[in-house]
Amino acid sequence: MISPTDVQLPLRRVEHCMGTAFSFDIRSPGVSPQSFAAVQAWLHWVDNTFSTYRPDSQIIRLADGSITLDQCAPEVREVLDRCTALEAETAGYFSARAAGALDPSGLVKGWAIEQASRMLVERGSSNHCVNGGGDVQCVGRPEAGAQWRIGIAHPLRPSQLAGVAVGSHLAVATSGTAERGSHIVDPHTGAAPTALASVTIVGRDLATTDAYATAAFAMGTRAREWVETLDGFSALIVHADGTEWATHDGDDAATTDGERPRVLR
Amino acid sequence: MKRVILSVIGTVAGVVALLSFKTEGQVANIGGLPSAGLARASSGPGVTASGSPTDASRSAAGASRSAAGPTSSSSSAPVSGGSPTIAFTGAAEQTRYGVVQVKITVTGKTITNVAFVRLEAFDDHSARINSEAAPILLHETLTAQSAHIDSVSGASYTSQGYLESLQSALDAAGLQ
Repeated sequence: MISPTDVQLPLRRVEHCMGTAFSFDIRSPGVSPQSFAAVQAWLHWVDNTFSTYRPDSQIIRLADGSITLDQCAPEVREVLDRCTALEAETAGYFSARAAGALDPSGLVKGWAIEQASRMLVERGSSNHCVNGGGDVQCVGRPEAGAQWRIGIAHPLRPSQLAGVAVGSHLAVATSGTAERGSHIVDPHTGAAPTALASVTIVGRDLATTDAYATAAFAMGTRAREWVETLDGFSALIVHADGTEWATHDGDDAATTDGERPRVLR
Repeated sequence: MKRVILSVIGTVAGVVALLSFKTEGQVANIGGLPSAGLARASSGPGVTASGSPTDASRSAAGASRSAAGPTSSSSSAPVSGGSPTIAFTGAAEQTRYGVVQVKITVTGKTITNVAFVRLEAFDDHSARINSEAAPILLHETLTAQSAHIDSVSGASYTSQGYLESLQSALDAAGLQ
């Protein structure tokens, strides 16, 4: 509920959490300082609960048997159930047990950002972009008549872009060998995939998009075949040898379904 | 065709990636080749390609008019505000389709121009490829500051510092 006395402000702010930076770009109509504080608190709560780097996090204590799932916050079950569903959707290439121990990190950050975005919408923000360590959730428009434009860093050529993702309700997630803080393994082999330098998935909601990017990267050369079966998602793949490939290649001319997220190269 | 263009782009983009913007020196200003001037304003894509590559690409792959290795150039007249304009020319790169050499102009800390110093081809087929590749290459060479983007996804260890400074610059530009 927005009370008439709340001050709604557009803002740009960076919050450091989960070992990375969360960049908020909230356009008009903006949110109240209390609303933004609630979103900041949410991100830190997720960090404290799900971090595999904190020995006292619920996920670690659940993994080592100190506590049961019933003793965890309901969000833990929600995340783990989502991981199970994603494992089925990705032929096992996304897994909360990819490296053996329980670790839903491939989903948590994107899921946390998606929830943060929903909180902002509930609190009156219909136009914003949240970027948490390179995983991005956008809603609405940066300004009237425009769509959000998210550059995709080239994994092999510093300071260059491999493409631009364009959309209104837009999620962009990139997985790759250069990703900080995460070591992706192929759950089927236990080994780190080597065929691709990066995979960027473009969709609507970040939790699924983030997990799909993790899965696609683990698939290596089979990613192309899989992403083409996905409805409502675009992909940009950069191979280890520098060659590139994208689904739904767009051009700068307006398309009739201009609201669908797409990748420009 | 697209794969061919990508390989040209890949080669020259690799050259461009080696450029740095910290040195000063002297080099001749070579015109008549395609370049992309960048609008200083933050709004709009800010990219206009000018010039035609066809004349340059028909020239023989003979003696180079500039140094074969990477060089940097002095400032020309500084822009108002006192920021020096510095150009840096990359190494001349031999590709399957001819020799390519790129120059980047920086004013202060902003890339204000990307230009081909050399864009030569060995035959008509290569000339056509170069004339198609050049505009696409310039688009790809340009960084986030000119592509009019709102944020960046993905990062590499070597570019993490760049992306952090880019993101913080985007954030700082909007701070109240």
